[in-house]
Amino acid sequence: MNDLVFFINKGLLSGMIIGSIYAMGAIGVTMIFGILRFAHFAHGDMMTLGAFVTLIIAALLASAGVVLPFPIAFAAIIPAMAVTAVLAIGLDKMFYKPLRNAGARPVVLVMASVGVTLMLQGLIRLFAGVRARDMFIDQPKDIFQIPFPGATRAVILTEPQVVLIGFTVVAVLALHLFLTRSRLGKAMRAVSDNPELARITGINTNHVVWATWIIGGGLACAAGSLLSMDVTLKPDLSFNILLPIFAATIVGGIGQPYGAIAGGFLVGFCETLAVFNWSVLLRPIQDSLWFELPRNMALVPTEYKLMVPFVILIIVLIYRPTGIFRGRVL
Amino acid sequence: MEGNVFERNRRDMTLFAGLALLVAVIFLTQGSVYSLRMLVEAGCYAMIALGLTIQWGYAGLFNVGVMGFIAAGAASSVLITFPTNPDFWNSNGPQLVAMFLVKLAFSAILLWLANISGRFGVGRRLRGLLIVIAIAVAYLVLSAHMTTMAEQIEANSGWIGGLGLPVLVGWIVAGVVAGVIAWFVGKICLGLRSDYLAIATLGIAQIIKHFLKNADWLTRGTLTVSPLPWPVEMPSGGEFIMARASYLSLVAIAVVIIYLLLERAYNAPWGRMMRAIRDNETAAEAMGKNVTSRRIEIFVLGSVLMGFGGAMLIHFASIYDPSGFLDLNHTFLIWVMVILGGSGNNRGAIFGAVFVYIVWVMSEPITLALFDVIRTYGVAWFDWDPPSDFNSRALQMRVFVIGLTITLVLRFAPRGLLPERQARH
Repeated sequence: MNDLVFFINKGLLSGMIIGSIYAMGAIGVTMIFGILRFAHFAHGDMMTLGAFVTLIIAALLASAGVVLPFPIAFAAIIPAMAVTAVLAIGLDKMFYKPLRNAGARPVVLVMASVGVTLMLQGLIRLFAGVRARDMFIDQPKDIFQIPFPGATRAVILTEPQVVLIGFTVVAVLALHLFLTRSRLGKAMRAVSDNPELARITGINTNHVVWATWIIGGGLACAAGSLLSMDVTLKPDLSFNILLPIFAATIVGGIGQPYGAIAGGFLVGFCETLAVFNWSVLLRPIQDSLWFELPRNMALVPTEYKLMVPFVILIIVLIYRPTGIFRGRVL
Repeated sequence: MEGNVFERNRRDMTLFAGLALLVAVIFLTQGSVYSLRMLVEAGCYAMIALGLTIQWGYAGLFNVGVMGFIAAGAASSVLITFPTNPDFWNSNGPQLVAMFLVKLAFSAILLWLANISGRFGVGRRLRGLLIVIAIAVAYLVLSAHMTTMAEQIEANSGWIGGLGLPVLVGWIVAGVVAGVIAWFVGKICLGLRSDYLAIATLGIAQIIKHFLKNADWLTRGTLTVSPLPWPVEMPSGGEFIMARASYLSLVAIAVVIIYLLLERAYNAPWGRMMRAIRDNETAAEAMGKNVTSRRIEIFVLGSVLMGFGGAMLIHFASIYDPSGFLDLNHTFLIWVMVILGGSGNNRGAIFGAVFVYIVWVMSEPITLALFDVIRTYGVAWFDWDPPSDFNSRALQMRVFVIGLTITLVLRFAPRGLLPERQARH
């Protein structure tokens, strides 16, 4: 039983946590891809930026003497999401919109987003350095130990993980309601499906673009903040998190928010299960096996974790470039 | 074309004359040893930039994994040229590696058979299943073998050492290895839009770097390999100038040869076809051009040059360190060189490479000096307490400037300093 609990902790729960992060990042990327039609390479650094905004707001609140029954960082996420959304719109205005208006090819926009990612990276590291920071300013995080029947070990969840899972559920529901019920959400889906047709029916493309950046920026901020609360805040997300997020986007089908969620969890689970040491689970039934169990039976060594999203990406590109949810092939 | 030769090339001549002046100033102020070194490195970057400019400028392919191809080229050149490791050849290492290659070949044949099984009347679904089984079996067998191989080689002989072949052979193999990797990537992604290529090359570069950093048995991982042999006389007894000058002439000859060949190709029907595909894919396809395979062709060709340039760079540095391959220095810096110099213009790529590299090298002391001023005045006037990692932070300013340059050039000078000149026929 203890081995099963170990599996739940190391396999299922961590897969779900990293999957939620990927899902939230991939929603933004897939909507930008669907509506603005380019792969947004600056999304990883936007997550880092959002996390730093959260940290700054939390520090400001703490120094203003605000005391809450839960860590201040959680409360800081909501205003930080708003700030990051505004910053995202600003980045769009300064760097992407002029190129779009000049009728640049989509790949030029991809390149501009690479430029933006370098600028963000440079600025963040210039002002904050590269050392790891604790998002909870001097506040311990609560750890929940849920006893598991028949096992001496407990299922372990930390406070940020609980918040993360709850937040993902709320965000997904809210996004669903927004896209299916509100006027703007429907307009966004229309633009994603057919931009020319949407424009001649009188949809205000500017509002749609803003909404895209608000959703993308806000979710990137939340994902970045919650990820750095779960571990520590280090400005090294950028390219390492970009690949799984792009893999999740393409697996889910470009322009498909629900696909992005599914893709995010798929990539997250694949990643953790591929590096999980399966011999732990087989050890109890060693006697009935015909072979000696090796010490480590992970499918992929931990240092090659990045291989997993890449391989998923390649398989999808070869066999089903539209993704599981039948997105667009650009 | 109207105008005489001088008229037509005035811009090129002015810019290259300015560059020559800049180099002369550096020679006078910094001394020949330092300047030669900078020029050799700039020459290697020019080779890599030529590879990128044909991918981007001729064919419009967005490669964000230049670093991966450089690293792959450098590592293969190290394996070919470094002196042999007798411990490895006296242990059971060669058998293990040979067995690995045999298993690899078998897996490749198995996969190939599964892939063409459709021709023998196997249904689509069954074929898919066969491919998946073949991949799974091949992966399990190969990774199990690799684990034991790595452990035994590391225990018995440290690493497998080189082959001790001449350096030029190493450089050519470097190009071939980079080309083979590019062929696989291109085969998968080039039928789709260029964003996918960007994502895939980004991934492959990170994976190549991770692999090289962790493959202690193959290239000593992060323990670094040195000294790498030079194709010319190594500097000995503090005599750097002659050695570096001869290395420089070798690099320059290579760059000039490649430049002439590329110019020839650009003006040939092949180059015209590439530009046609770049500018209007649908029209080119309607004219009966095989767009995807042409793109693979040029992607492989560009990557060969990157691998070759990477090998030249690493041999000059004489120390192979996989952690030294950075996205910033080996991908984005080269992008700046290409788009600033003028994409699609080979002279532009060479100019951009030399100019940007000089600015890049000079920017380090300049940035530090600038931030030192900020620190001095900040402390004096505002009682500011500068962070302890102030200098390393200051250097991040250069990352910002590279990003800013990319976005500004794209917006205000998308054709670069030396714009592509399209011949009218």
